[in-house]
Amino acid sequence: MDDFYRDFILDHYRNPRNFGHLDHPEASAEDLNPLCGDTIRMEFEVDGGVVRDVRFSGKGCAISQASASMLTETIKGMRLEEIAKLSKDVVLENVGIGISPTRLKCATLGLRVAKSAAIGEIAGWPDEE
Amino acid sequence: MIAVRTPEAIAADFPILGKPTSRGKRLVYLDSAATSQKPQAVIDTLVTYYSEYNANIHRGVYEIAERATETFEAARVTLARFINADHREVIWTRNATEAINLVGYSWGLQNVKPGDVILTSQLEHHSNLVPWQLLAEKTGATLRFIPADDRGVLQLDQLDRLLDGAKLLAISHVSNTLGTITPLDRIVPAARRAGATILVDGAQGIPHLPVDVKALDVDFYAFSGHKMLGPTGIGALYGKRALLEAMPPFLAGGDMIRKVEYEHTTFNELPWKFEAGTSNIADAIGLATAVDYLTALGMDWVRAHERELLAYALERLAPLESRGLAIYGPKDPALVSGVLSFNFADVHAHDLASILDTDGICVRAGHHCTMPLMEKMGWPATARASFYIYNSKADIDALAEGIEKAARVFKI
Repeated sequence: MDDFYRDFILDHYRNPRNFGHLDHPEASAEDLNPLCGDTIRMEFEVDGGVVRDVRFSGKGCAISQASASMLTETIKGMRLEEIAKLSKDVVLENVGIGISPTRLKCATLGLRVAKSAAIGEIAGWPDEE
Repeated sequence: MIAVRTPEAIAADFPILGKPTSRGKRLVYLDSAATSQKPQAVIDTLVTYYSEYNANIHRGVYEIAERATETFEAARVTLARFINADHREVIWTRNATEAINLVGYSWGLQNVKPGDVILTSQLEHHSNLVPWQLLAEKTGATLRFIPADDRGVLQLDQLDRLLDGAKLLAISHVSNTLGTITPLDRIVPAARRAGATILVDGAQGIPHLPVDVKALDVDFYAFSGHKMLGPTGIGALYGKRALLEAMPPFLAGGDMIRKVEYEHTTFNELPWKFEAGTSNIADAIGLATAVDYLTALGMDWVRAHERELLAYALERLAPLESRGLAIYGPKDPALVSGVLSFNFADVHAHDLASILDTDGICVRAGHHCTMPLMEKMGWPATARASFYIYNSKADIDALAEGIEKAARVFKI
């Protein structure tokens, strides 16, 4: 587990990318891990079904915050439908090595929030005639 | 006379402490405030019950059933003596939480009226807070809190004002998050003067301090067995006999009855009135063995040992404070049981716990089921090391080295 905390993880933890808020997000969601209290909020600027910009905010451990930071870089430019279908593999690819089952919940918190923002936005679209 | 034993000799009685972790490390167990480890004697008691005299109690007329009944009731007497109570005043429950809920639903709904005050403190575990929130909602009573300062020390200067109109004082003996010992010798007399009924959540008290319910002068004392060397799933409620006699049953069913007709039931006498259904026989007997183990050590020795460990930990970890170690609580072993709550620099408590785990060191990280306290103090989470009879200074050294390792991993 101590192998997990490599330089790029610590860098994302201490210098999170896309951290903060958007002025007028089209889609957003937030959630917490009730076991540890970690929180993540994601905000999307959406244009033509594509996430043009993204910000996240929250607090918690290096695993949850670095994973969320890396995820924002992954999903910028993705279609909402693609984000909605992401599996935890995208998180595992980002962080690079396997982590223990309890800490996997920390790592996937940002993913859960991003998917829920995407699904919520898609559900709000008017039905196609 | 009580033989003085070293923590190393005591640790040898706990089989789990002799088993290396999957990484081949010695297990350094510093999470006894969550649950304690179990000595071989307690494990053997469970095995003996199930392999030699497993039978239901208070029913069978055959030999093993009589042995089960006798041993189960003898366990109650052992526990009662340990806290200086009468055995009819000791009700078996699953844990402290169930014991507190028993009081909330049985005594509380019968006695608490609209406008009454329920006084508790800002340090409480959710188990001694949420039941009173529910009771206040159901009855129209008001919750009040004895405030804690930023070290987690209760502020008693307004105690009499807070107790004004209090029907119930519900307070922990020892804080599970900070280990601070509640000054019951000051709070209980004030609550008596105010006419409040007094419940003490002893989940973190009875494992670590001598407990005499008569000397403490409390009405109810709730605790769990698994934090005091006993099995999980067994705990107890001590209640003053007159109060228990006047209270309606909590759960209804078998064993708690004297005579049942289709339309009406006469309830059993104490303590069985509150023990509906088949009890947790094996674990109650196992808890008595745990009590025997603690009695042989002597609770004064337990307290002195933990005090010494905490003093050593504060001294051993002090050099790390200049590198970002923040230790919470009053940092005075006279005021604190064997608990050390802390954070290290910008390493989140969960990351710290994960790094310590790689060296076999078990600490708790998180909000410790005291979310309002964490919010009040502005701590998103803390790491908590808690000590017990089998911990030695070598375990504290391992903790200090583990924090050094976290500093290296996080490049601090």
